[in-house]
Amino acid sequence: MADVTMRVWRGDEDGGTFTEYVMPAVEGEVVLDVIHRIQAGPAPDLACRWNCKAGKCGSCSAEINGLPKLMCMTRMDVLPEGEPVVVAPMRTFPIIRDLVTDVAFNYTMARQVPPFKPREPEADGTYRMQQIDIERGQEFRKCIECFMCQDVCHVIRDHEENKASYAGPRMFIRFMELESHPLDTDDRRELLRERMGLGMCNITKCCTEVCPEHIKITDNAIIPLKERVVDASYDPVAWLGRKILRRTKRSALEAALDAPGQHTPTRQEQPTRPVVSATDHS
Amino acid sequence: MMSRQSPAVRRSPMDGVDDRAGAKCQGWPRAPRDLEEDYERVSTTLQDLKPVPVELGGVRGGPDVRTLRRDGWWRSPAATVAFLTVVVVYATWAVFQNSHFFVGAASHRDLISPLYSPCITANCYGTVTGGWHISWWKISPGLLALTIPGGFRATCYYYRKAYYRGFWQSPPGCAVSDGHSRYTGETRFPLILQNLHRYFFVLALVFNVVLTIDAVMAFRLPGDGGIGVSVGTLVLVANATLLWLYSASCHACRHLCGGQVNEFSKHPIRYRLWKLTTPLNARHMQIAWASLALVAFADLYVRLVASGVFSDPKIF
Repeated sequence: MADVTMRVWRGDEDGGTFTEYVMPAVEGEVVLDVIHRIQAGPAPDLACRWNCKAGKCGSCSAEINGLPKLMCMTRMDVLPEGEPVVVAPMRTFPIIRDLVTDVAFNYTMARQVPPFKPREPEADGTYRMQQIDIERGQEFRKCIECFMCQDVCHVIRDHEENKASYAGPRMFIRFMELESHPLDTDDRRELLRERMGLGMCNITKCCTEVCPEHIKITDNAIIPLKERVVDASYDPVAWLGRKILRRTKRSALEAALDAPGQHTPTRQEQPTRPVVSATDHS
Repeated sequence: MMSRQSPAVRRSPMDGVDDRAGAKCQGWPRAPRDLEEDYERVSTTLQDLKPVPVELGGVRGGPDVRTLRRDGWWRSPAATVAFLTVVVVYATWAVFQNSHFFVGAASHRDLISPLYSPCITANCYGTVTGGWHISWWKISPGLLALTIPGGFRATCYYYRKAYYRGFWQSPPGCAVSDGHSRYTGETRFPLILQNLHRYFFVLALVFNVVLTIDAVMAFRLPGDGGIGVSVGTLVLVANATLLWLYSASCHACRHLCGGQVNEFSKHPIRYRLWKLTTPLNARHMQIAWASLALVAFADLYVRLVASGVFSDPKIF
């Protein structure tokens, strides 16, 4: 078989460039296989995050020919033949080295999601739910946290300043899972509007397009959340309905106070990342 | 438990942990005990809460270029711009013509352009069946269609994606830089008005009813009555059908049918409605394009027949 040309981003926060590696093509390989062969051959110091190689750990996210993909799930034979395969790190997050980025932003936002707050249990101390009540949220449990939806979202990809006030698609599916849970008692809609930046999303659906688990992020999470926020903030008829029916969910403030992010030290307060030298491995 | 009437909310991070699941569930994440005393807070509004600082900046990897994509990402926004431009320019032109929007008995059928229905202005009197009209409204009745069904489509979640990508380039394609220096999304005027979509949805249902009546009337033969079918009849029926499908597949419709319900088992009718609209919702894009194209085609068809370019072929 012919050779394949891999154009891989090499560099760190001091700068970087694409480096070309010409490797023999092997039938049935995925991009991650070729990256591993580069590590085993011409570039043993090439940094790349990976784990399961089965599309379930969400570690090997990168931008292949410009689009966010899992390296372990992108077959070489579906890429244009005869052209270099361009492999770059995720653009939205700060670079650590080569193909490895610092995705701490996502964990900072995850800590601000108010957790599940169930209602009082039934008399026998248990909860009962029907399958139809819970199946909507099960779609969102498929998320492998590859953060490619966060990476491709132009709200933070092209506008760094929005990171301070935008949770992103991955967190929105978590919000939707909690908001639509039949046992949950928190009302997170005001929090979504005021602090999580739901209104920043202009539903261009790139998150849905890149999701390796094929979660309908926009149609099943973001738009339903937007409609729920309309119920809470922009629809006088829905407001009147709530007043008449006396809905009794906990407020966004009460919910937000339960979020673990309210207790989490910031990066500045955390110890710096330990530096492990090559000789320490022994 | 805290009182919801209390003006000041005082909580520790461990509040709400022990009462989860009646303290029977094991494995819930718990904040470290030694942090408890550090986070005693007094907050009265959401704004009082100190946001968790996000570290901004940092060097990004990859080259500083608009995109690394080499596929034809530009084809879809280009096609969107071309098609929407043609339809919007045509519809605006047609609405302000204020003529040739109705085919009467002389052409063996009552056909009215969907852009001019309901025809309730002064110049409709005497041409369109039905006597009720607004005598002081002299300008085109098409302005109604331009505002309400037009507003329904302009605030539609699918069309928003289409024109944000196509016209506003925000972004033009996935992983393609949007090129704007600032971005506030739909949080400010005028784009915050997109939240009125559900009201346009409800108002557009009235138009669907009227256009369905138009389609039924298009079966009627003039003179001694009776039923017949022409090509124009089929065009109006297809148009009304697609308009109903477009409304039924709308995201606001799906939400109002059952999307806002958390316990479907306690709302079986709303669950049924939600299940009916969900597969339609998945095809909202295709229905939106087909419906928009057919509205423009139906107007063009009626216009050509009314202006005598050709006669409406009778099927039976």
